[in-house]
This record gives sequence, structure tokens and C-alpha cells, in this order.
Amino acid sequence: MSQLDPGVQIKRRTMSRRQFVSTFGSLIGLILLIIIMYALKPNFLSTSNIRNILRISSINGLLAVGMTFVVLTGGIDLSVGAVMGCAGMYSAYFAQTSMNKHWMVAVLVGVGMGLIIGTFNGVCVSYFRVPPFVGTLGSMSIAKGLTFLLTDAKPIPSLSTEFKFLGGGNIGGWLPTAIVIMLVVLAICFTLLYKTRYGRYIFAVGGNLNAAHVSGINTKRIICSVYIISSVLAALAGIITSARVTSGVTSTGDGYETNAIAMVVIGGTSLAGGRGRLWGTIIGILLLQCLTNGLDMLGVNTYYQMIIKGFVVIGAVMLDGLNAED
Amino acid sequence: MSLVEMSGIRKSFYGVEVLHGVNFQLKAGTVHALMGENGAGKSTLMKALAGVHRFDGGVIKIQGKPADIYSPSDARSLGVAMIQQELSPVEELSVAENIFLGREPVKMGFVDYKQLYRQTEKLLDSLNLNMNPRTKMKALPMAEQQMVEIAKAISQNAHIVIMDEPTSSITNREVESLFRMIADMKARGTGIIYISHKMDEIFRVADEITVLRDGGNVGTWKKGEIDTEQLICSMVGRELKSQFPKVEVTIGEPILEVRNLTLAHQYEDISFTLHRGEILGFVGLIGSGRTELMNSLFGITQPEKGKILLEGEEVTFKSPRDAVTHGIAYVTEDRKGKGLVLPMSICHNTTLPSLRKFTKSGLLQRRAEGNAVTRQVSSLNIKTASTLLPVKSLSGGNQQKVVLAKWMMTEPKIIIFDEPTRGIDVGSKAEIYKIMCDYAAQGNAVILVSSEMPEAMGMSDRILVLSNHRFSGELRRSEFSEEAIVQMQFKHMISRRNDDDRSDVK
Repeated sequence: MSQLDPGVQIKRRTMSRRQFVSTFGSLIGLILLIIIMYALKPNFLSTSNIRNILRISSINGLLAVGMTFVVLTGGIDLSVGAVMGCAGMYSAYFAQTSMNKHWMVAVLVGVGMGLIIGTFNGVCVSYFRVPPFVGTLGSMSIAKGLTFLLTDAKPIPSLSTEFKFLGGGNIGGWLPTAIVIMLVVLAICFTLLYKTRYGRYIFAVGGNLNAAHVSGINTKRIICSVYIISSVLAALAGIITSARVTSGVTSTGDGYETNAIAMVVIGGTSLAGGRGRLWGTIIGILLLQCLTNGLDMLGVNTYYQMIIKGFVVIGAVMLDGLNAED
Repeated sequence: MSLVEMSGIRKSFYGVEVLHGVNFQLKAGTVHALMGENGAGKSTLMKALAGVHRFDGGVIKIQGKPADIYSPSDARSLGVAMIQQELSPVEELSVAENIFLGREPVKMGFVDYKQLYRQTEKLLDSLNLNMNPRTKMKALPMAEQQMVEIAKAISQNAHIVIMDEPTSSITNREVESLFRMIADMKARGTGIIYISHKMDEIFRVADEITVLRDGGNVGTWKKGEIDTEQLICSMVGRELKSQFPKVEVTIGEPILEVRNLTLAHQYEDISFTLHRGEILGFVGLIGSGRTELMNSLFGITQPEKGKILLEGEEVTFKSPRDAVTHGIAYVTEDRKGKGLVLPMSICHNTTLPSLRKFTKSGLLQRRAEGNAVTRQVSSLNIKTASTLLPVKSLSGGNQQKVVLAKWMMTEPKIIIFDEPTRGIDVGSKAEIYKIMCDYAAQGNAVILVSSEMPEAMGMSDRILVLSNHRFSGELRRSEFSEEAIVQMQFKHMISRRNDDDRSDVK
């Protein structure tokens, strides 16, 4: 570049080892994990297992992708698991064969629940200045209550075939619908985050709220919107889950918020906001799902799995912290 | 023997070497001024000494012994203390608690507050500082916070004290007490490294002067061996003809009219008119309501009474967004707090308010954006290896130019500058003044808020003075005099003098 200051010498712009590790650490971890699993259990890379991992990743991933938007603004959304369960139940209710409704109605009801709770979260956090942790903790409880109220906590059986296709079906006989939905969502989210003004404003709001405000950005609207995105994606995950397990169950989504946060954090997005990457979240999603699936195949006890996953999350953030010192 | 001897210090950030083997020596009981333009490497060199940055090459010797400095606590145990340009006290704690933070006197496992306050009182007395150890830090003005910081350094037996722009945000009277303190410290044998851009201060306080340029040594002089002209010349490597490139321009029709604007406790009944081609100076003491008024002109706060007319039409700004769309730009006083998104790149910061221009059917045109930023960056002479680097990798002056670049991109009709050259070297200052003049000459208008009298008088066509939240006088360029301005600044303060001027109360 011609405008560069001649007085500043430019060395070869190689990355230091630290930077390399913090940028690609999770990716390297994922690749190593796959190699190790393949060596131990060649079945790990069988078509059906890969399909299985990706299908479950898609459901969890929807939450993590939405969470990435929220975390980038410096917030957090604890209600996603409850929203997932809530949307799952309400959509299942309208998808019962006895209701005799079009499957789109069920989907719209589910997404609508996400929209309502997300807007509620967003308005609380941005316009009423409720701290995100508290606001979404409250709506988590509200969503859970709404879920139980619908059927008095009883499961909803016998859903219509068209609805069930959303979770268990394969497009063209081999590609799970859930994966297709996830890919479409990802394409939209990547475009939003990196190709539009909106995405740039999200980074700006998270990086310095005051500077963003002074630059003429409607910061309240940006903050409000990310909670809507997060809730709608969580609702989508709930609908797919109900369709997959072919019934509405009130416990759907329980504890999923922590998983989603872990995936975002493994991907290198800073909880302080303003710094992070969507592809990192994708790696976070795959890393956690491969780990779960692999440990299952090896027959590792679930309780040990929890301990291992805890260390993985902390380790990933430690690696990322190496670069934060400068 | 030298107190500090730094030789061949090297340091790189993001693959760019910013110190190319710098040498520096400090003798006991002296003040050594460190000067240079923004990005010359002064702060980086001092942060290496204070353990904030780990340097990549070279040797630091303290009292003749090679010192391993890996962290601020290493530096502290070697007697090095740094008074940062931007202070960061624990605001909710008292003066005493701040001074002894982490080393509180303890009795049976509990903090011995009696002892804490007694020791603090003794310390403050010995430094002739008249303040209550129980006062919360946040209740103190900036200058007194700085004094506390210095007291803290002395209480830690620091014999090497680095002061980075200690006078950038304090008033003249406070500067005097700072200088008295420096004289005391010298008498005790403490060595002081003094970073500043203010020439008059340097010549008063420094025993030696070292100048850095582009990460290397230019030279070291003893007091009296060099004058202002030579010093400026050595810093920029070229002669600066005039510090203020002010040109006479014809003043056009009114562009902004403010009528009886009022916001309780911030500013009261302010009226003025700004014309095309004009640079209108706003002067007043810190706390006189200058910044508060500007905040309302930009929609950050809303006035309670009065109106704003832009090109003859009444406007109300509900948010900065409204002001930006009406062609107003605001270079804020607080660069890091309100000016820049530090984790974002230079490029993304620059286009933040003008991103709409680089959007086509909803999508960002990143090539067009990059090209426009590159053009702007080179026209403002911002020194960086790449516009994709985070803006926090730049020096203060270059960061300020990025703020300027970002507003220039919006092609505004009016730019409000609030203390645009605070903590900036002479070279960048002159560049910013030039940009300001050229911009006004194109038929735009500038509001310049400044605490530096030479700057306000050198640049403005007219000066309005605020005193105690109220309008207190107007001067045309031919009437400018420092005495007149100072008098106007105090006009509405006589009756409340004791409230506002704590140091007079004994």
C-alpha cells in the first residue's frame, strides 16, 4: 500500500505461535478429535454416523448461532432452552393429527412463540435496561411455565406425518431436513453478520456502545433485534425436535442454554462483546457434538462425559485467552 | 551512575517494529523529558520500562544492574512507577484505600483503618497535599486524582517515576502544584521521566530532553542547549512554519442558529449563530458547560428549552443519528470512550457512520469501502501498516485522526471539535489544524471547543466564552486577548468561588 509510513518497518507479517493457537486452536482440536475417534472406532466416520452427528449438531447449532449474535453485543440469552421447549410444545399441539391443521400452522405457531418471547427479552434489555442475565433468566421461567400450562405437563402424542418430516425426514431420501434448515439459517446469518450494515453495527455495539451511539447507530434497536434472532432460532430448534421425537415433551431444551453458550465460547467469541466469529461457533458446535458422539461410541459413562466436556470448554477459553494479553 | 539505562530496546506489535533499538538514560534527582510525535514510540518505551509491554530486544539496567522486567509488579519492586495518561483509580474507594490498595495495614487479619488513615495523612502532609484521606476517589477532580496517584508511587518508595502527559487534563493552577511536587521529588533523589507535548512546560521542568522519531533516537540535550524551534524541528524532521495555518476566509450566511437553549444544571440560555466558512471557538473552564452544550447540539442529550435552526429550519435531534443525517459531525473529547470502537479495525471504524454509502441492495460493497478508507487514511496521513489492523494498535494522535477520518467520510456541513488536540504531538496538531481550515474554507462551518488558549485564539474567527453554565462574552478575532478571555471565564463564578475552587479553602 502506498500511503504507508516509510518510517515504520514492516516485518514479515507472520503470526506468532500464540496467535496461531488462539485462532485455530479449536479447529485443530476438532481435527485431532476426529482422527483419534476414527483410529479407535472406524465406524465413527461411517455415513450414517456422520449424518447423525450433523443432524444433532443442526438442532444444537441453531441455538448456538443465535447465541453468537447476542454474545457479540455483549449480552447473553439464558432463555433459549426454555423457548425451545415452549415452541416445541405449542407447535406439537397444533400438529396433532386430531387438530387436522396444515403443518405450516404448527410451524408458524412455534416460530410465533419465539418471536414473542424474543421481542419481550429484547425490549426488556434494550429499552428498559434490564441486565441481559436477569431479563432472560426471568423469561426462561415464564417460557417454562407457559410450556407446562398448555397440557398440564402431559406429553403430546401422534403428530401429523408432514410435520414429523421436518425432524426425522430426509430430503431426496438421504439428506436430513434438519441439516438443510441449518444450512439455510447459516447462509442467512453469515450474510447478515458479514455482508450487511446490520452485522457491522452488531460488532460496533458490542465493542463500544457509546461510540456506536455517537456514530449515529440506533443501538437500542440493534440490541433488541439480536434477542429476537436468538429466540426465533431457538423456536426453530424446538419445532424440529418435536418433529424428530414425534411428540411434544415438556422437558425439551432443558439445559440447552449452557450447551449453546459453551459452543459460542469454544468458538472464540468474547463474552465481553465486540469480538468473535461465526465460523468459530460452527467449530464449537461440531467439536462438542463429535465429542459427545465419540464418547458414546466408546461407551464412556455419561457422568464422565460431563466432566470431560467441562474441561474442554475451559481449555478452549484458556487457549483463546493467550492472545488477549496484548 | 545512571538510575536507569535502557539500551537497544526493540519492540514489535502485530509484526510491525515500533522501537528500533532505542537508548535512554535517567540520572537520579533529575527530570528527563521524553518528546516526539505521535507514534514516535515514547509511550511504548516507557511501558517497556514499567513492565506493561515485554520488549523484544535490548537491555534495561537499573542502578547499574541488569533488570528482568516481565510484569508491572517486577517494575514496581524495582522502584519504577508509571502515572498513566488515563488514570484508573478504584472510584468507589477512598483516597487512603487507593493509596494502600493491596498493602493495607492489617491487625488480626482485618484492615486496620485507624492506621491506614493515619499513615495516609502523614504521607499527604509530607507532600503538602491538602485533602481528606476519607474522600472517595470519584469525588476528586482529575488533578487531585493525579496527585493521589503520585502520592501512591512515593509511598511505594518509587525512585523512578514516569509521568505520561500529566498535565493534559488539568488546569494551570493545578499544574503549578504538580511542579512543586516534582521539585520535592527531585530533592529526594527521585528520577522523573516526563512525557509531554507542551513546550513551555518542558522548558520549565526538564533538566534533559530526549527526542524520539519513528521509533529511534534523534538526540539528547541538556537544558539550555536547545530552543523551541530546534526542538520542534528535531521531532518532525522538518520546519513547521506556523503552528496555526489559519487563513482569512469570507464568512458566509448563517448555517446554524441556536436560540435560548437551556438544560438545567448543564447550560442556560445559550444563543449564538454559526456561519459558513467560520471557525467558532468555545472557551470556558472545565465544568463550564461547554461539552454539555455540544452534546445537545449533537442529540446526545435533549435541551429543555430553546431551539436550534439549521439552514433556517428548526430541527430537533432525538439522537445522534438525527444529527448525523442532518450533516453534523462530532469529534468528541473522549476518544476511547465515545470516539472509537477499539476492537474493530481502522477500516471498520472509519466507515461506521457512513456505511450507508457503501451498501448496494442491502449488501456491503467491501471493495468500495476499502478503497475509500485507503484514500481517506492517506489524505489524513494516518501512520499504519494496514487499515485492517485494530484501531487500538495506533498511537493516540493517529487514533484521533481516525476519528476525524470517520467524520470526514460523512461529508458533514458542520463539525464540532471538542478538545481535538489533547495529548497530541505538534506535527499531528498542525495537520489537524490544516484539515480544519481547509474544511471551513470549503463553505462548511466548525465549532472548536478548546482549553488551550493559543489554540482557541490561533484558530477561531470568533470566540464565545462560557462561565458557570452561562454565556459570558463574545470576542472577534481582532479583539482576542488572553486577559479578556480569562476575565470572561470567571464572570459568573465570583459568588461561588469557594465551591468551585477547593484549593483556596484552607
